[in-house]
Amino acid sequence: MTDPVLSVKNLTTHFFTRAGVVKAVDGVSFDLAKGEIMGLVGESGSGKTVTGFSLLGLVDAPGRIVAGSVTLNGTELTTLSGRALQSRRGQEISMIFQDPIATLNPMLTIGQQMQMAIDAHERMSKRAAMARAAEALTQVGIPSAEARLRAYPHEFSGGMRQRVAIAIALLHRPAVLVADEPTTALDVSIQAQILFQMRDLAAQTGTAMIWISHDLAVVSSLASKLAVMYAGRIVEQGPTATLLRDPRHPYTAGLIASLPAMAKPGMPLTQIPGTTPSLLSLPPGCPFAPRCDRHTDACLHKPEMTMQDNRGWRCFHPVAQDAGVPA
Amino acid sequence: MALFPSRCSGRGGPSVSAFVTIDNVSRLFGPKLSTGEKIAAKLGAKVETRSVRAVSDVTLSVRKGETLGLVGDSGCGKSTLGRLIAGILSPTTGSVKIDGAPVMKNGKKVTTRVQTVFQDPFASLDPRMKVGETVAEGPVAHALTTKANADTYVADWFTRVGLDPVWVDRYPHQFSGGQRQRIAIARALAMQPDVLICDEPVASLDVSIQAQIINLFLELTRGLDLTSVFISHDLSVVQHVSDRVAVMYLGRIVELGPVAEVFGQPAHPYTAALFGSVPKLVLDADELVRFETIEGEVPSPLSPPSGCYYHPRCPLATEICRTEQPGTTVVSDLRTVACHNFEAQLTDHVPG
Repeated sequence: MTDPVLSVKNLTTHFFTRAGVVKAVDGVSFDLAKGEIMGLVGESGSGKTVTGFSLLGLVDAPGRIVAGSVTLNGTELTTLSGRALQSRRGQEISMIFQDPIATLNPMLTIGQQMQMAIDAHERMSKRAAMARAAEALTQVGIPSAEARLRAYPHEFSGGMRQRVAIAIALLHRPAVLVADEPTTALDVSIQAQILFQMRDLAAQTGTAMIWISHDLAVVSSLASKLAVMYAGRIVEQGPTATLLRDPRHPYTAGLIASLPAMAKPGMPLTQIPGTTPSLLSLPPGCPFAPRCDRHTDACLHKPEMTMQDNRGWRCFHPVAQDAGVPA
Repeated sequence: MALFPSRCSGRGGPSVSAFVTIDNVSRLFGPKLSTGEKIAAKLGAKVETRSVRAVSDVTLSVRKGETLGLVGDSGCGKSTLGRLIAGILSPTTGSVKIDGAPVMKNGKKVTTRVQTVFQDPFASLDPRMKVGETVAEGPVAHALTTKANADTYVADWFTRVGLDPVWVDRYPHQFSGGQRQRIAIARALAMQPDVLICDEPVASLDVSIQAQIINLFLELTRGLDLTSVFISHDLSVVQHVSDRVAVMYLGRIVELGPVAEVFGQPAHPYTAALFGSVPKLVLDADELVRFETIEGEVPSPLSPPSGCYYHPRCPLATEICRTEQPGTTVVSDLRTVACHNFEAQLTDHVPG
């Protein structure tokens, strides 16, 4: 394998709140190759969004990256000054969010906003910038792009707005794009169109993507590898098909088993008991132990990542082989 | 329970012994008329209004004990239809009846036999009321229990939905999303309804909690012999819990039938395209997944296309689709479709 574009080692982001230290991201490590798409899966509060923010240095007080490293094309990002980081953000690494209406400025036309994004990193004439913007819109499937540059965000549908946000994020052909649930708020038919295009774009432009989602089916159709987060840690990671077909961590296995598609219509679904723990008061040892039917006294200690071939899991009692989706 | 004479032909669709009957229901949303405009309209002047026909001529029936799934893109009118059945909105034309008795009279809901569970339990529970009081409020007001017995009554419902009865004195913010949805379900069921409308009840919940709530729904609807309407954009959830499914597009029902048949072999091109665009768990990393994406977007309901609303996006559209709105055709027992070319769709479809 060639050198990874992005290498994350032991990334740890804590929030120092009045109620205590929230360990939102706790020792996350992964590599991302050029053009590769990684799915980052987890439930709300599992730390997947904070992981994304940490990569771009967007964590605000009271949060802070307390340990670990993020290396993008050989440059360490966590120690960069604010200004140096800003020159890379948008240019080499960018992010899109769930709600495009919150990302776009309602008072400016799409063209003006795209021009600002271009000007932030490059000097070019207005005419050239507009041509570039129109090209970017066309690339994400917006028809009559040149005319649409003069439109305001409210004149676009939800799906089109998200395409605009994606076009802006891809303006400078970043090496890495962090996509935080970008299709969650969209209708399935529009979601399918966007997923399809994103996969093509990753292949064409070589942009590597981290696709954050709670929906296993969405990431399985897009990502070549998966990382499953629970309570701030990656509990299992590896190639998508391997993980889904043969999960080792009981949480991954439980998530797959709880999908309605896994049960006969009308029959009870397999459910994971209990709820996700508060990050303020995590149980000692494995955070999943209180909900896990395989836990023993060993689980009072924190499990390390067990690596085997190209996959890994954090569990003392991994699930036997072939517990996932029947092939 | 009174059985209705079966309706075998016409718009009513195939024979279904109806418990809930929705008869030619339409609902328009438009700007409020000013007093001047109202007078002008009364005097016979034409007042220009742009109104949206959110639900358009829907005729449906739901059998006793059945779960009917309602699916479609956002803005297709599925939530509006749910609210019309629940008596939250009054229909502009048409009527909704439960067991022969109308849900609404003179714009007011006149029955407690239908109750609703909404998507967002954060918004549907009063943050300043103890959850026990929230659950007790309706039953006490409607004399389903007395004030003196309210505590035991509420405790009983808490237990049934899987909540610890000692929590009745807590406030909504002290609960997790899944627990709050259980409280919302308890509140609805404590009214002892015959019909339960669930509007995206699991959409805002985490994946591992979704399964818990779906299981609770299945257990309770069966245990209490509830008739229910389950609205969701998540097709896999609807497929799992429903007996029959109705697919809506721009306010119209385009297809209706038993879940297994509709999902197995869609008769309407929109249904086929909708199901085709749902991401499925993909296991073979080398296989490039082909999404059967629908071209374009849902047109604005303010100016819907002529003829069949779906024709601009439909691969099977022919001349007649541009001019004539398709009527409801009975495909087989319990199954209807509103499409001129459904036969082509049925023969085109390769199962698998």
